[in-house]
Amino acid sequence: MAATVSAPSAKPIPQVAAHEARREGQGWTSWITTTDHKRIGIMYMVLTFAFFILGGTEALMMRLQLSQADNTLLTPQTYNELFTMHGSTMVFLFIVPFWAGVANYFVPLMIGARDMAFPKLNALSFWLLAAGGVVFYGALFFSPPECGWTCYAPLNETAYLPSHGVDAWIFLIHLTGISSLVGAINLYATIVNMRAPGMGWGRVPLFIWGILIYAILLILALPVIAGAVTMLLTDRHFGTHFFDTANGGSALLWQHLFWFFGHPEVYIIVLPGFGVISEVLPVFTRKPIFGYKAVAASTIVIAFLSMLVWAHHMFATPSHTVVLVFFMLSSFLIAVPTGVKIFNWTATLWRGAIEFKTSLLFAVGFLGTFLMGGITGIFLAVFPVDWQLTDTYFVVAHMHYVLVGGAVFAAFSGIYYWFPKMTGRMLSEGLGKLSFWLILVGFHVTFLIQHSLGLDGMPRRVYEYPDVGHLELYNMISTVGSFILGIGVLVTVVNVARSVKVGTLAGPDPWKANTLEWFTSSPPPVNNFDVIPRIRSVEPMKDIRRQVARESGLGQASPAPVAESAVRT
Amino acid sequence: MRPADSHRRRRILALALFAALVAVLASAGVASADLFSPESGPSPNANRIDTLYWLIFAVALVVFIGVEGMIFYSLFKFRARKGVVPAQIRGNTRLEIGWTVGAAIILVILGVFTFVKLPGIRNPDVSSANGYQGGYVQIADATRRVPPSGKFLNICVTGQQYVWRYTYAPNCSQNDFKSVFAYTTMYVPTDTTVTLDIYGQDVAHSWWIPKLGGKFDAIPGYTNHTWFKISGKFAGHSFTGQCAELCGRGHANMVANVVALTPQHFEAWLARQKANIKAADTSAAAQRKQVQKTIP
Repeated sequence: MAATVSAPSAKPIPQVAAHEARREGQGWTSWITTTDHKRIGIMYMVLTFAFFILGGTEALMMRLQLSQADNTLLTPQTYNELFTMHGSTMVFLFIVPFWAGVANYFVPLMIGARDMAFPKLNALSFWLLAAGGVVFYGALFFSPPECGWTCYAPLNETAYLPSHGVDAWIFLIHLTGISSLVGAINLYATIVNMRAPGMGWGRVPLFIWGILIYAILLILALPVIAGAVTMLLTDRHFGTHFFDTANGGSALLWQHLFWFFGHPEVYIIVLPGFGVISEVLPVFTRKPIFGYKAVAASTIVIAFLSMLVWAHHMFATPSHTVVLVFFMLSSFLIAVPTGVKIFNWTATLWRGAIEFKTSLLFAVGFLGTFLMGGITGIFLAVFPVDWQLTDTYFVVAHMHYVLVGGAVFAAFSGIYYWFPKMTGRMLSEGLGKLSFWLILVGFHVTFLIQHSLGLDGMPRRVYEYPDVGHLELYNMISTVGSFILGIGVLVTVVNVARSVKVGTLAGPDPWKANTLEWFTSSPPPVNNFDVIPRIRSVEPMKDIRRQVARESGLGQASPAPVAESAVRT
Repeated sequence: MRPADSHRRRRILALALFAALVAVLASAGVASADLFSPESGPSPNANRIDTLYWLIFAVALVVFIGVEGMIFYSLFKFRARKGVVPAQIRGNTRLEIGWTVGAAIILVILGVFTFVKLPGIRNPDVSSANGYQGGYVQIADATRRVPPSGKFLNICVTGQQYVWRYTYAPNCSQNDFKSVFAYTTMYVPTDTTVTLDIYGQDVAHSWWIPKLGGKFDAIPGYTNHTWFKISGKFAGHSFTGQCAELCGRGHANMVANVVALTPQHFEAWLARQKANIKAADTSAAAQRKQVQKTIP
């Protein structure tokens, strides 16, 4: 048995000491030359979080502009650049690579592997991401793109946007795309080949299921957008006319190609989040996940269906009724496995012993918020209703409920859950809870009212609006909320910066969690594990704890896990 | 603080929050009828979309309250306390099949609502008897939807950076310079079905007058169609909308108005507009001649 008991106490904590590990270098060169999955993971998370702050700042500037009717704070050009930068940053430079970072750090640890399958490729995918960010933000020094993150044809052609912002955007997609593609292949190879002995597909943690399907979706969807932006590049500079209607091309082709990638992208963004929630809820309710198989299977079904719903973004384009009906029904269909997940998570809370740690708060914040995004999604799937709602603030609200509710809340839940493992120190629960409440309240104040803005007739992507009806009041409410949300995010940044230095020491397993990453020390040594235990269930740490208790002679008296974690903060 | 106290305090807090929420929703409801639903009123297609919206809203509200209720109930009821032993339940196949089927049934119901309301939204109504009589009687045309019988008015809507152009013509593919046209403000007769053929001239735009129904993209190389029919009691009213698809820096200012006139007033406007265009053409021709004379 690999676990050794640190000291004979009432609550034995399994611990592993790494004896064979070479000491890691500490200078900055050791970071930029590293191929260690944990260091690459941390670099991913830090870099993408910096982009999150940038994208958030862009959002706050837009909210400032919209706080007053007929505001003249920003020019239309600046405003268009801001929402293009905001959307592209959040999708391509924050959330998708943020999950790649979390996956980098935790996939090998959760499946009991020494590193990723291809460590050098892993470093390459990080540096490609960094290059993508530099190229895109380099456009700030000449002229950023102003066509939205969807960059529809023919507005994206040189005839209408001759400046090179769109080209910077194209290279952003290419560089971050290759980064994600290489990373996805790496994750897939790691998960399929390097699992601990005994970890069959029925014992793979649900976060790993989420990451596996995330990787597969990236591999399927990214080549399509890579092709589309390459066609756009040749349209712009080499005389082709793929999207130019006047010369036999088709403007609608762009929309089809974009959304054929764009909708799977939504699930690329939220599936890892679903995985985090499926790990966090069982730990803090002290219960197994309700319906492991259904939660894993629904992930696969969602991924499959996500490839069949793309044209629901295009209901207002000239389309035959039969096409509209097909995409309405396929969008309905995807609500079933998503609903199954929400029911299973709710059932996991049921009759648990819920510990209100910050991580759990973000997880249930996710649950309540994402549900609302799912429900407004049904309104948008009904295409005659979508004709009224599409391209308005109703859609802006819906997508933020889905993406912030589904991915950002889950990301914060993951940060508060895994920070002790990555740094060896706990985040402050007080600041964490403050951050949670500010983010939750700020989020709903910002985005709930935006449904009404859309219903009241305000289209998205407008830099100004007239002072009619309640538009100004609703917009002001939304702006106030966005700043509350921003402060909430800053509180977590402060919390992280502070706790890295002065946080309570965490120990290997502060939450009494279920999965293998808690088997090693915090932070884990370079080689992760000296010995990999044999996996007997989906909750290997429960088995190990039980075994340690038995071997130290406390087994018979040991009750069901009590509702208290080993470490208080 | 004794546990009973904290319990009571929490309950009072929850009740207060709930009461505040209800108060906010109620006052907001009084303040604006459009807080919760799309705009409608003048035209039957918009009204039918509104009805369909409310049907979905009712179902969605039940699901929302049910699931959020379960979540909040669980959070209050199953807090970790001394002596609470979490139930080690791993699943329940029957229950799980039950809620999968349940979710599917809800969606079937929504699908049925949609298919019932769809034809009335998609297919144009017949013009009323007191409508505009100078319109077009369409001979069988498979490319677009027209009223099953009677006269209607067709307008070609062209989106261009950053203005809407309206051409009053039965057939937009023929480049008819004699047709009456207007920019930004569209004048239409009441009680008459107006069909729109929507084009984009440069980039993609989207036609949208919220009170007259949904949006329809104006994409270069494609023709989109919609219709509306403004009821007689709205004669003299103006309905505002704007481009709904990002089309460049002037996107926010690409507005459109639809002004409803009685059929008599509409006829007068049409004649006046025709005369104005003719006068402008004549004076332009005279100017051209003048300019040509100056060229040696």
